[in-house]
Amino acid sequence: MTSITATTSYSVRSQQWREFWFYFSVSKTAVAGLVFLIGVVLMAIFADVISPHLPAEQYREFAEIPPAWMEGGQMRFFLGTDYAGRDMLSRIIHGARLSLIAGCIVVLMSASIGILLGLVAGFRGGWLETVIMRIMDTIMAVPGLLMALVLVAVLGPGLLNAMVAIAITYTPSFVRLTRASTLSELNKDYVTASKVAGAGPIRLMFISILPNCMAPLIVQGTLSFSTAILDTAALGFLGMGAQAPLPEWGTLIAENRDLMLSAPWTVTFPGIAILLAVLAINLMGDGLRDALDPKLKRS
Amino acid sequence: MALLEITNLTVEFATAHGSLRAVDQVSLSLDVGDIVAIVGESGSGKSVAMLALMGLLPWTATITADQMSFDGKDLLTMNAKQRRAIIGKDISMIFQEPMTSLNPCFNVEYQISEVLAQHFGGSRRSHKNRVIKLLEKVGIPAPETRLKAYPHQLSGGMSQRVMIAMMIACEPKLLIADEPTTALDVTIQAQILELLVELQQANGMALVLITHDMAVVAETADRVVVQYAGQQVEQRAVIELFNNPRHPYTEALLSALPEYAKEKTLNAIPGVVPGQLDRPAGCLFNPRCEHAQDLCRQKPPQRSEGILCHYPLPLKGATTDHVEASL
Amino acid sequence: MFKFLFKRLLVLVPVFFGVTLVAFGFIRALPGDPIEVLAGERGVSPERHAELMAQLGLDEPLWQQYFSYVGDVLQGDLGTSLITNRPVAEEFFELFPATAELAICAMLFAIILGIPAGIIAAVKRGTLVDQGIMSLSLAGYSMPIFWWGLLLIILFSNTLHLTPVSGRLSFLFEVEHVTGFMLIDSLFSDEEGAFKSALHHLVLPTIVLGTIPLAVIARQTRSAMLEVLSEDYVRTAKAKGLSPLRVIAVHALRNAMITVTTVIGLQVAVLLAGAILTETIFSWPGIGKWIIFSVFSRDYYAVQGGLLLIAGCVMVVNLTVDLLYGLINPRIVH
Repeated sequence: MTSITATTSYSVRSQQWREFWFYFSVSKTAVAGLVFLIGVVLMAIFADVISPHLPAEQYREFAEIPPAWMEGGQMRFFLGTDYAGRDMLSRIIHGARLSLIAGCIVVLMSASIGILLGLVAGFRGGWLETVIMRIMDTIMAVPGLLMALVLVAVLGPGLLNAMVAIAITYTPSFVRLTRASTLSELNKDYVTASKVAGAGPIRLMFISILPNCMAPLIVQGTLSFSTAILDTAALGFLGMGAQAPLPEWGTLIAENRDLMLSAPWTVTFPGIAILLAVLAINLMGDGLRDALDPKLKRS
Repeated sequence: MALLEITNLTVEFATAHGSLRAVDQVSLSLDVGDIVAIVGESGSGKSVAMLALMGLLPWTATITADQMSFDGKDLLTMNAKQRRAIIGKDISMIFQEPMTSLNPCFNVEYQISEVLAQHFGGSRRSHKNRVIKLLEKVGIPAPETRLKAYPHQLSGGMSQRVMIAMMIACEPKLLIADEPTTALDVTIQAQILELLVELQQANGMALVLITHDMAVVAETADRVVVQYAGQQVEQRAVIELFNNPRHPYTEALLSALPEYAKEKTLNAIPGVVPGQLDRPAGCLFNPRCEHAQDLCRQKPPQRSEGILCHYPLPLKGATTDHVEASL
Repeated sequence: MFKFLFKRLLVLVPVFFGVTLVAFGFIRALPGDPIEVLAGERGVSPERHAELMAQLGLDEPLWQQYFSYVGDVLQGDLGTSLITNRPVAEEFFELFPATAELAICAMLFAIILGIPAGIIAAVKRGTLVDQGIMSLSLAGYSMPIFWWGLLLIILFSNTLHLTPVSGRLSFLFEVEHVTGFMLIDSLFSDEEGAFKSALHHLVLPTIVLGTIPLAVIARQTRSAMLEVLSEDYVRTAKAKGLSPLRVIAVHALRNAMITVTTVIGLQVAVLLAGAILTETIFSWPGIGKWIIFSVFSRDYYAVQGGLLLIAGCVMVVNLTVDLLYGLINPRIVH
């Protein structure tokens, strides 16, 4: 008996996956984004193996070497070196690790807190909802980067604090989204049915309602992931995020800013890395939205 | 010469699953003063044929016809600009959903005077008196007070009246009404139909009434075209058709009417109109037809005497009692 | 309409208190108490510390301190800068026109290019033009704008020598600050060429700051137009025999603008955040650069005041957008 239900639920799950993949794979650009992103993730995981040099190793005699294809370039330092003779390629590869981890943590933090607060607000209603929503309005009234800056001023500069600060500024959108979906799900028959069946509030919130509002949350999560990478880099660039020896992409641009005119590659490549990673995630996010949002599904 | 002459109009849509034939060799001839009803279930391509005439189909549609002319002008060869000079002026069309067919951002006066300014020139403001007269004509009380009203402030029936005023503003020779009463309350339905017939008689225009409601047909039209899955299955005068339906589909439609019910329960037609992917072989109606035979399942029928059927129902002696009794 | 406006204003009240609470809490949350923050690196003797505590009312209970802070704020007193010793509000409003000028230009840039691009993409849906516009817009909002700014400086200022690298006006000119908007001030000044110089200085920062709003507006206009173009009333407009231009530019656009206005309103906060980066890159003497400077120099009262005032700007703009929204959408006016 149990095994039968297990297999059916398994096949329903795999059916859903297949349907999702069908709609997702319609968009070639979304698949391209996904493939590129997987590439970046692999690059981040195997950074130690792939990168030709240690990210912090300084080849003093080879400072400001241009990329290999330019005059004076060397194959050894494919994307050139910075002012201290560190290999740009290796630093960018290692930087992928920091950016991806930062993006993940920001999304995990803001989504988990946001979903929890949104569920509570939508489910409980009353004064609790009002308080939660007004707090979120307050956070939204201050431009995200400014809020993050102020928070970092309190917490002190550093990658971890920057992530916490950015996560706080992203929370309201998750709260609003979850609350809105919860409110619309609450009136549906299946919720009434499980209430009648005696399901407790926790069970209702997490087992009945939450899975049914996942689609917009996944899309929002993807979009937050890409903006989190951008904002971490922006804080790094302003000197309030990851600190100097760390090869975080925004920090790389900041530390080479003075070389911008004499050795433009030291600024150009980290920027391209950010742009491409964010672009890939956004492409994927668009595909996800089209595949998950039944309203926009192509007929 | 007829006002409107359509011969073998075919409309195909390009879709992800190949081409879909929504209208299949439809012909229609109309004179000034005619009221023709086109009947069929949803999905039978009634509106599509008329939208093709108006040039309102999306670019995915391919329109072919042996002839499509209006008032002596060939609609197939004319360019978009020439067609726009006719559309809204000599041929106009009102739609099923009055609430969504009016632009929510503009008031009544704007929307009606716009069409006057478009076809007769002059500024929108210069047509104000004409707009008031039109609103009066379609039975809107105190029209001056309604000029500045926005669509969301009007009821469904009122919106449809505004829509009609807008579409008869240029005194068209042909008015196409696409299910004009379907979205309205039953009491309002009769009023709107009455208004349409009244206007048709007063202006001497031709009226094409698209509907799925046989009762509406009986009350208004002179002639009926019955359409099924994009094909015309029968085209006849109303009284003849009601007394003596010759196509099994027409018979089935009629027997779904309360007046025609032979038993205590109404006869619904089983199944639905075939879509793009489940077209049967042979006659398109055969899976739902109670008279279907082997030939019907193998070979598409030829049209004879205006009826598209291998085995048309027999012709009865002419009596008109039945219809009149039911009206 | 008034009811609608009143409702909007009512929502702003708790947000105002929320923001003051954040600003108030900010100083408290800093490591060390406010006196130590005030004193900075110099340090302060215990006697002087107690004296200052009493003088500034810091020995009162926290809620009382908060209310006296809100009272000060409502009277326009946002504290004094630790660095310049001037009222924070005064500094803010002196620099504000520079940021406003940049932000307005960036927004105009984004709207003027973004809305037509979105309309064209929607009308030409599925064609190469559509794909091109959408790819560019996707690239636009994936852009790290601080890097984009540096890249444009490398290209236009350093390689092509078309635009200046930083500032608002060439130092050759001396323009009296009347409105604080350099374009206006230089236009009415006697200095020949000052206007041109001001314009030159504006080009790159405008593009950099306007890139993300441009991308977002183009995308949102496209999707709003696509939705509107399939509405029944667009078919009605076509059935009236109106020209395609009129159908799109009057009947469809007017409805699409209802959504797009909201999107534009939301971009203002994005713009103010972007101004922090843009002004830093181009040494633009506005609020963004000032806030960054204040954070770095630990001028926390300036940061506190700036935070409050910027949030105030966002609220005022949002309210204006709501008003505009009401004007565009007849369902709200009546």
